[in-house]
Amino acid sequence: MSKKIFISGATSAIAHAFARRYAVQGAHFCLLGRNPEKLAIVKDDLLARGASSVETVVIDFSSRHDYTATVNQAWQQASGFDIALLAQGVLTDEKRSHTDLAYLQESFQVNALSVIQLATVLGEKFAEQGKGSLLLISSPAGDRGREKNYVYGSAKAAVSVFCDGLRNRLNKTGVQVVTVKPGFIRTPMTTGFDQSGPLWADADVVASDLENAIIKGKSSLYTPWFWRYIMLVIRHIPEFIFKKLSI
Amino acid sequence: MQKNAASLASWGNYFHYAHKCHSPEWRYQALPAQASLLPYGMGRSYGDSCLNENGTLIHTSALQNLIAFNRETGLLRCEGGVSLASLIDLTLPHGWFLPVTPGTKFVTIGGAIANDVHGKNHHRDGSFGCHVRCFELLRSSGERLLCSATENPALFSATIGGLGLTGLISWAEIQLIPVNNAFLEDESFTCDHLDDMLELFRASRESHQYTVAWIDCLASGSSIGRGIFSRANHCRSKHLPQSANIRPKKSVPFFLPNGCLNRHTVKAFNAVYYRKLMARQKNSRIDYDRFFYPLDSLHHWNRIYGRRGFLQYQCVLVKDARDALFALLKKISHSGQASFLSVLKELGGTTSPGMLSFPRKGMTLALDFPNRGRETLALLSSLDEIVRESQGAIYPAKDARMSAEMFANSFPQLETFRPHIDPAFSSSFWRRVSNNKPEGQAT
Repeated sequence: MSKKIFISGATSAIAHAFARRYAVQGAHFCLLGRNPEKLAIVKDDLLARGASSVETVVIDFSSRHDYTATVNQAWQQASGFDIALLAQGVLTDEKRSHTDLAYLQESFQVNALSVIQLATVLGEKFAEQGKGSLLLISSPAGDRGREKNYVYGSAKAAVSVFCDGLRNRLNKTGVQVVTVKPGFIRTPMTTGFDQSGPLWADADVVASDLENAIIKGKSSLYTPWFWRYIMLVIRHIPEFIFKKLSI
Repeated sequence: MQKNAASLASWGNYFHYAHKCHSPEWRYQALPAQASLLPYGMGRSYGDSCLNENGTLIHTSALQNLIAFNRETGLLRCEGGVSLASLIDLTLPHGWFLPVTPGTKFVTIGGAIANDVHGKNHHRDGSFGCHVRCFELLRSSGERLLCSATENPALFSATIGGLGLTGLISWAEIQLIPVNNAFLEDESFTCDHLDDMLELFRASRESHQYTVAWIDCLASGSSIGRGIFSRANHCRSKHLPQSANIRPKKSVPFFLPNGCLNRHTVKAFNAVYYRKLMARQKNSRIDYDRFFYPLDSLHHWNRIYGRRGFLQYQCVLVKDARDALFALLKKISHSGQASFLSVLKELGGTTSPGMLSFPRKGMTLALDFPNRGRETLALLSSLDEIVRESQGAIYPAKDARMSAEMFANSFPQLETFRPHIDPAFSSSFWRRVSNNKPEGQAT
């Protein structure tokens, strides 16, 4: 049976790589994204690779939105989903957020609130259905606030904690909730960094890890796997040392 | 979209040049304003045709979207950065295969068009450019031109084999060929002499889609031109799988010390390889990956030549091809410099639309030379003489050293091509070989 998949932030490199893996299996898609031009390119790509159907919804995650209506409509049209991946996000310009509070709020709207709100609505739907996999893209940056990206990181921390709670609540319903923490991934969001080091991985590696996580029923994952250990170390550095570091 | 200076080498590790990089994420985006630009796919060109010293390389690695794939007709439209490897993975399960493939699948569609690549079936099916229906060319002016045999036909012909100089191929449409499964029926023969080999090429022209020969370049005297001839057809059976069991990949993790490949190691290798090929059954069924891409299973195989890199020499011999080939092999054997990979193929009479297309009716020989500096360059220049006499050509995708004069000799349509170059595009190769413009000589 081909899967029915809901993806928000569908034009992100990770989401697109994930969708490609299921397209060849003939999956049905509902894609949410901000840019209609990019959505059209992703749609054609998935159809050419074998997707059975692709619906697109243009949505701006940085402004308030009635996600209940959006999800209800998509849910009805597809008569339920097997998998939902919430992948929208923007890398926050930390310096700007020190002074521009409207920008800081917008960044939280995309990276935390829009994800949490969508997950809330989808969580209820999945629970009603009694099955499904809900994957939320969080970040290792949410594990501990660091000078360089604590605004972005704190939004992702909210997603991680929300995800833990939702998983706890939906555990008895048979719905899988997965917290995904990708490390350095070569994506449009991160171009501008030097991406040649050994810590950088391709979006398809993440996509393959996500597929495995669904099959194995995992609760959370760092991807690539070694980030679990990097973050283990970072989390355990005593604060009196950590506050002096610049990492 | 990253912009940083990076030192980059091509497959031969012969040149190391500083470049700025530009990576478009989506095909609708404009080209950067700076000059000079050159599209860059997977960097498998051996010399400097994919390099642009101190200029900007447009990396197409993010342009990997398909646009349409008709499973009934095998017509496929995709972005220029899609690799042949991923294309096969997507189309073979539906019974479609590449109409023409070079010896590596780590090549983009854009690169296959820009070099008008050929394969073991040129005698029958022509070059890659013969199977391209149309493409979109993004020029530095911002124009997006649909190019085909009927629309912008001159730019279509200039871009096929045009070495990336006419603009960026944002997407292309190609006609795939139907196959029943992922396998080929392969037959191999040992040949003691060049003439036996040429006779096999001739005899297999009608009956076999793919023909190729490996020649032992160190053989001398009466055994010059000895080697193994192989011919194959796609397997017709409908009961075989449509995907191959791709072998686990191995990799050369670092550069071997310079000079690891010398006359003695190469001789030993030739002996082993020869036996390995012969151990293959006379009539064997072989999957497409082993048949077309034997070297792809060893990642970074170019590192065995050490940090000094290597030069590949590929030429086509046209007039009196047999005698020219014999003279070439004699000279190479005498020098003792050649490496083990020496491949002979027959090119047929199907003409490509490409103005600077390399394949033409004749025999093409390709071989690697470890870079030993002046000694190697002198040998290759002396080989040029034989090629020139045979009214042949040197393959730009493999070249790192041919003269401007040899380039002009190789490509009679050079002057027709020149006006179609995008003014903002250039390459290290182009600057090296284009300095004998007629107008330049006049001033």
